[in-house]
Amino acid sequence: MRPRLSIYGLTFSLPLLVWQLLFFVAPLAFLVALSFWTVKNFTMRPDFDAVNWITMYGKPVFWQAYATTFALAASASVLASVLAFPASYAIAFKLSDTARRWAVFLMVIPFFTSYLVRVYSWQIFLSDAGIVNVLLGYVGLGPYPMLNTVGATMVGYMTLSLPLVILLQLFSLVFIDRNLIEAAHNMRCGRVRTVFEVVIPSARVGLVIAALFCFILTFGDFVSPVYLGGGDPTTLSILITDTTKSGQQWPRAAVIALTMIGTLLAVAFFAVRFAYAGNAKGARK
Amino acid sequence: MTKNRTTAQGFSRRTFLGTGAAVLATPMLSRRAFAAPTELTMLAWYGHAEPDIVAEFEAENNVKFVPKYYTGGDNMLGLISQSPPGTFDVILSDAEYVQALNAAGYVEELDANDYALSDYFPEFQNFPGNWQDGKLFSLVTRFGFLGVAYNTDALTAAEAANYNIFWDPKLTGKVGHFDWHLPNLGQMSLLAGNANPYDIDEAAWEAVKEKTTTLRGQIGGFFDYGGTFSSLNDGQMLAFAGIGDWITGVLEKNGAKVKSVIPEQGGLQWSECFSIGKGSAKADLAKKWIQYITSAKGQAKSAQMAAYPALIPNAKGWDVLQAENPAEAARQGMTKDAGNAMDLIRTGRIQYRQWPIQQDLETWNDYWSEYKGA
Repeated sequence: MRPRLSIYGLTFSLPLLVWQLLFFVAPLAFLVALSFWTVKNFTMRPDFDAVNWITMYGKPVFWQAYATTFALAASASVLASVLAFPASYAIAFKLSDTARRWAVFLMVIPFFTSYLVRVYSWQIFLSDAGIVNVLLGYVGLGPYPMLNTVGATMVGYMTLSLPLVILLQLFSLVFIDRNLIEAAHNMRCGRVRTVFEVVIPSARVGLVIAALFCFILTFGDFVSPVYLGGGDPTTLSILITDTTKSGQQWPRAAVIALTMIGTLLAVAFFAVRFAYAGNAKGARK
Repeated sequence: MTKNRTTAQGFSRRTFLGTGAAVLATPMLSRRAFAAPTELTMLAWYGHAEPDIVAEFEAENNVKFVPKYYTGGDNMLGLISQSPPGTFDVILSDAEYVQALNAAGYVEELDANDYALSDYFPEFQNFPGNWQDGKLFSLVTRFGFLGVAYNTDALTAAEAANYNIFWDPKLTGKVGHFDWHLPNLGQMSLLAGNANPYDIDEAAWEAVKEKTTTLRGQIGGFFDYGGTFSSLNDGQMLAFAGIGDWITGVLEKNGAKVKSVIPEQGGLQWSECFSIGKGSAKADLAKKWIQYITSAKGQAKSAQMAAYPALIPNAKGWDVLQAENPAEAARQGMTKDAGNAMDLIRTGRIQYRQWPIQQDLETWNDYWSEYKGA
């Protein structure tokens, strides 16, 4: 029997539907349409021509930027997950309730400041005459080139995503059944082995979702590759700005944007499938 | 004999009515006296509608500028094409984009007699791009040169006066690019010996690409406006291609050890032009603004713009600047001394920055993307 629609139910579900239609589906549909428009003398004309797709997909520089961006975002996801786990583990299992609340509050504080400002402030630390190199100079080291490198871009990515990854990991770790950990210890399972055999599998969904959010945020980020990486190497977000600088080629920029959206959807799909695959297998046992 | 009726307090009816009318009219009088300023919309690079430039004109004409700043010619064209006609009263454009504005019908025709063109240096009275089929569509208001920008602690002026300095091993990883293909590849074209750097055949274009590609290993980064400022200011980049005094002049005034020089292979010229937006309801006021900013007084202000300094095409403006701020006039080369800014143009050391003539814009941009990704 089909559930009956009620006014009460619609009151709460319709705004979400309208929101999604207005601010996600409609712009996405326009972006798809835009990718088939043509540009003549700096003016965009509604059209239905696949030339933008053929041109962009035929450019080696596009695929080079795609591979670079994918590799950077994947590396950032792994790095953020590895760096975040000890912190989220300690907050979840080692701190008192009060200290945990303070830790969560501290993780939220970075979001109070503009990401752009935080990235600009890293320049003061990482430049050749910056704070880090000056400190290294006191012990007779350096200066080391840090700014305008891939490493600096990664620092920016961590600035963007690490607090969020810690929070997401934390929320999955705090809900782990402590009896499982105690049972493991009772069965003489060591602390480290318990982490890998019990904690991580139990928090698998949250850990994968945290890494996925890091991937999503960094894959489309423009600020860190430009202001910390010096625009070198070219990422897809930089390629979008380059493309729009060439005679109003917004339709070609739309092709890049749609490719990015498609990639993110595919990655999200596989990540979620991977995250829940273990649970389903567990349920069958 | 008639007698005015008076109230107990001694007011006659006539006095009462007169006072009442005066009280009621007061808001109207004060509204006239303190009329809200007329808003004039300006589409421009950052700085052109800031108080150091427009405050005097605003006070004299009871005008309030409402600026919309853009970051590049394509961005400007995008903003105009997405706005209804008449949105922008005054439009500032780089010279190479004026023809695109014209072709799309975004600007009004100007009457040359309305402006003090006779005060301009002859080279700027019939400035290419301002005129089309004998009709004037924009007026050049300021310009500047692009050469080698360098850190004065790292390089001498003599060392920087050659584009080949970018390949010097001591600058490896310390050469920055302003991230726009047109000025950078124009400079590489000058280095390759092309007298008209943007009008080159396929063989010459291939040679430019080949030479430019060899520079890639020296490059420390590709920077936008803000990144260019900060990387030069903190010494992260020691030499820069694609820019000139419009960046280093601001930093120099603030004490940074940077300068720009026109290399022996020559430099490029950027030029900014004012137009009146098509369909502007305040075209007369827009005209008045262009008259002001192209007058000797307005030009001297424009030369010293806080956002970024520039050379000015009005010869009488040079005189005003020399009287008002001789140090800045000397710094920018707007004096009567030999080797001044006009001499650089007249001796053929400066070429206009423009769109490529024998290749399309996309070809240059595509190569630039390839170069960046190499």
